[in-house]
Amino acid sequence: MNISGRNYLFSAILVIIGAFLIGGCATEHRFVKKTAFKDANQIIIEFAGPVDETWAGNPSNYTVYEEPDPDIKLNIQDIRLSADRKTVTLSFADPLNQNQPHILTANNISSEGKSLGTAILNVRKVYLGYLFSILIGAMIINNFVFTKYLGLCVFFGTSQKKSTAVGMGITFTIVIVVSAMMSWFLYQFVLQPYRLDFLQIVVFIGLVSLSVQAVDTILRKVNPLLFKAFGVYLVLVIANCIIIAVPLILADNSYNAFESLMLALGAGLGFLIALFLMSSVRERLELANVPPTYRGLPIAFVVAGLFALAFLGFSGMSIF
Amino acid sequence: MPATTKTNFQLVSNGILNENPIFRLALSMCPAVGISTTVMNGIMLGIAVLFVQVFSSCTIAAIKNYIHPRIRIPTYTLTIATWVTVIDLVLAAYMPAAYKEMGIFVKLIVAFAIITMRLEIFACKNSVSSSFWDGIGMGLGFMFGMVALGFVRELLGMGTILGYDVLGVRPLLFFVLPAAGFFCVGIMMAMFNYMELVYNRKRRAKGI
Repeated sequence: MNISGRNYLFSAILVIIGAFLIGGCATEHRFVKKTAFKDANQIIIEFAGPVDETWAGNPSNYTVYEEPDPDIKLNIQDIRLSADRKTVTLSFADPLNQNQPHILTANNISSEGKSLGTAILNVRKVYLGYLFSILIGAMIINNFVFTKYLGLCVFFGTSQKKSTAVGMGITFTIVIVVSAMMSWFLYQFVLQPYRLDFLQIVVFIGLVSLSVQAVDTILRKVNPLLFKAFGVYLVLVIANCIIIAVPLILADNSYNAFESLMLALGAGLGFLIALFLMSSVRERLELANVPPTYRGLPIAFVVAGLFALAFLGFSGMSIF
Repeated sequence: MPATTKTNFQLVSNGILNENPIFRLALSMCPAVGISTTVMNGIMLGIAVLFVQVFSSCTIAAIKNYIHPRIRIPTYTLTIATWVTVIDLVLAAYMPAAYKEMGIFVKLIVAFAIITMRLEIFACKNSVSSSFWDGIGMGLGFMFGMVALGFVRELLGMGTILGYDVLGVRPLLFFVLPAAGFFCVGIMMAMFNYMELVYNRKRRAKGI
């Protein structure tokens, strides 16, 4: 890697750390030190000083809702105050959707008999960890090939040899990151503000074709050696449904820029992993004595089924 | 390829048997694995694909003389995307339950290799009426594949057909699991291969 490359990497890390800091410090009241999710259905509030038991134990002092719908107030089941009276743990009747930021309002916080005013707090996951969980989720837990069954045509077409598989995987990852970021930008700043959502399919497929063409042209001029190695796979990328599925998922879930980047990267790397695993098995299958009716695609499907069963083991796992 | 000389009936049966999109051409496998858990899903997605295939085939066949050869692929893609948007909005408005069941796959019809392939090798060289019948054949072939898979998986997994209880028991819950889609498709493909093998052997025995 040359020096300018290192500079880029460094600034990218700085940006990510910045996002972490902005996301991590989400409390807006001087008396509240920290808010966080705990387990599936609990929220912890840490105060700077001890609060009064009578105030803390009264459920009507708290209102909690998910950021997108303020009308649906969540039911508080149980309130616990720690021994030093600084930490309040709220338990809810139902598990919380921790991917959404929650807004917690604490009315008239009272400490040592003094009222300290009302605090409106933002409860969200630790941001860097959340980004990482999106990446790992898209890559392994919700692997697009083995658990969502997308991109199978290209998957079976290019998994015969390891070298082909790796080339296809890398090309695909580059193209999907470029096209997903472009379509995210277009959706957030053009389609949504002008209420053109219904055009999303037409726009996304056009954008994907364009970005494939752009990567093709740029690679051909900038690095002919790389183009010689990966150029053939570029044509195939457009036939892969994952590349159109990711922008659609991004549009449905209203992710922000970093989250979109992570999802696209995870989808690409997940495809690479799937291709690599499959090609390793299929290289061995060449030597095996397969019944004539199963030769070629049918046995590949059965192998993919076994992989899918293995990946089922990851389902429901959550990181952070 | 010159303009086809096949009759309409041959065009339709070609799509269902000789060039069945799922079992013979092995294209558009994603929905065949992903949502073939019930017969109803197969029928719904089959109708959507039939609609898109027929209308885009007809559109391309009608305007084939005005398309510059160098931009034909983008033209196909945009045509398909337009018709997919139409069916997507119609299904979302009139059949919300079925639409939810099929999830993202309706929108993904736009990336199905089968439709682009038919436009490239058939519709851009033939008349509107033959393209219409070819589209019907391909759509029905896809629907047939989906329904066959859905039939096996629903019967073995839940013991029902179209939601009606047939067996009264659930023989193998495994088939409802998403991963079983891969096994079903693999085994069915092998069955198609086997039938072809036996058929060819018989023909050779007859000495034709």
